[in-house]
Amino acid sequence: MEIPRIIGAGLIVIGAGVGIGRIGGQAMDAIARQPEASGKIQTAMLIAAALIEGIGFAALFAS
Amino acid sequence: MDKLINDFSFGLFFWQILLFVGLLLLLRKFAWKPILDSVNNREEGIKNALESAEAARKEMQNLQADNERILNEARAERDGMLKEARQLKENMISEAKAEAQTEADKIVAQAQATIENEKKAAIADLKSQVAGLSVDIAEKVVRQELADKDKQLALVESMLGDVTLN
Amino acid sequence: MQKISVVRIFMTLALILTSLNLVAKDAENVEKEGKDGLKTEIKEFIDHHLLDSHDFTLFSDKETGKHFGFPLPVILWDGGLKVFSSSKFHHGETVAEVDGEYYKLYHSKIYKTDAEGTIEYDDEHHAINAKPLDFSITKNVVSIFLIGLLMFFMFRGLAKSYKKNNGIPTGAGRFLEPLVLFVRDEIAIPNIGENKYRRYMSFLLTVFFFIWFLNLLGMTPLAVNVTGNIAVTFALALITFLITNFTANKNYWGHIFWMPGVPTFMKIVLAPIELLGVFIKPFSLMIRLYANMTAGHVVLMSIVGLMFIFKSWIGSPLSFGLAFALSILELLVAALQAYIFTMLAALYFGMANEEAHH
Repeated sequence: MEIPRIIGAGLIVIGAGVGIGRIGGQAMDAIARQPEASGKIQTAMLIAAALIEGIGFAALFAS
Repeated sequence: MDKLINDFSFGLFFWQILLFVGLLLLLRKFAWKPILDSVNNREEGIKNALESAEAARKEMQNLQADNERILNEARAERDGMLKEARQLKENMISEAKAEAQTEADKIVAQAQATIENEKKAAIADLKSQVAGLSVDIAEKVVRQELADKDKQLALVESMLGDVTLN
Repeated sequence: MQKISVVRIFMTLALILTSLNLVAKDAENVEKEGKDGLKTEIKEFIDHHLLDSHDFTLFSDKETGKHFGFPLPVILWDGGLKVFSSSKFHHGETVAEVDGEYYKLYHSKIYKTDAEGTIEYDDEHHAINAKPLDFSITKNVVSIFLIGLLMFFMFRGLAKSYKKNNGIPTGAGRFLEPLVLFVRDEIAIPNIGENKYRRYMSFLLTVFFFIWFLNLLGMTPLAVNVTGNIAVTFALALITFLITNFTANKNYWGHIFWMPGVPTFMKIVLAPIELLGVFIKPFSLMIRLYANMTAGHVVLMSIVGLMFIFKSWIGSPLSFGLAFALSILELLVAALQAYIFTMLAALYFGMANEEAHH
């Protein structure tokens, strides 16, 4: 009972990690392309990352 | 999740709400409002100062442009006046010259006319004197000549001879 | 810059030293029992540290059973108000008798019990004794109160310094004013909008500095884990939720119950999802702050604990270096979590105030 839940939580954390990684990477790309928009990109990046992070935490605490 | 619910302490929640809302209200009245107002005032002040500085700069520019314009006008006026004066002077000179010339001409002409008249009078006088003298001489000559009969005859003879020659 | 680094190093050292003091004594005590005993010891210490406590213990000596600190008042509602000092519990070792009722402190919680202090357990080793309503002034309440007091005097001073110095802050205000302006210019105005940000500023500023200061307080040797407590983050999230929904305009509710611009069938499908979103947003705020701060404390204290498990010339300095680096990272996280909480709250306020633009 305990082990599948932990594995599931792990999978979700991996997914969230990949997602946040992609957001960060894409934001870097975007900033490199348009350095003058870096402020707006950072804000959008943080919001998106925070939303995914929420899912990750929800998974962790549900397990 | 169970752990979260198990860890939840209603007392702490109660105090947190109470303290946080109290802090929020206190800070709003005594800190945030004055701080934000002061910052706003300062920013407004800076903005106003910048604007008035800009306005002053523009005013200054206008003033300078005005000054320049007035100066230019004055200069042009002065130039015009000078030119006018110069022209006036020239006109006066030339007028005076012309007047003097005509006057001189007139005087000369008058003088000439007088001279001519004098000359004429003198000549006429001379003529009349010469004629008188001539007549006197002629009278004397004639009186002398005619005193002698022969000579009278001779004269007539010569005169007649002249006439024939003619 | 130099000065700040020195201060940080000092703070980190102090944190580690305090923890070292705590665990070192325990380590001697349990050396005979081997590494497993030590591990349990560290785990218990971390668990205890993460929880709220009814007394302000600075450090304790397990060998002699002495605790250094001061007791805090306990306020219970159990068929009447009961107020007494937490020293009556003797750190959970004895049963407190108040007005003929018996109470026992077990895992930082107060249970009603009998004269012998019996605790009954269910199958999963959870206590099933009755719990009175506990309004005690705990360690976290004291920390919140102190931080509130500190904030009040700091920002009151800043507000006063404007009047004194003709609109320019003095002293600590020179450091605080850019932070206030940061919240206004980087968080409130971009997310809420130029016209409506004013009425949310008080909340955003208070919540930003409150979370940030409490996070930092957690990094001091006192190490009170206030923002890593679910009741505190729940309260903050609840206030955010109430402000969002009470100041929301028609357009916001329109987007939730009757999404414009989609077919009617989709409107019916979207309504419950959007309604769920209304609750998920503050929930994620609550969980994010709690989990980040708790995780930070757990990882940091575990690595500090590793020093005593390794007990070698290679392992211990290594984990010391790691703990040092993590402490610096946690200082960043302290500010970042305050920023993210404030910014997401501002974002939700902005959503609630968005004007229709279709």
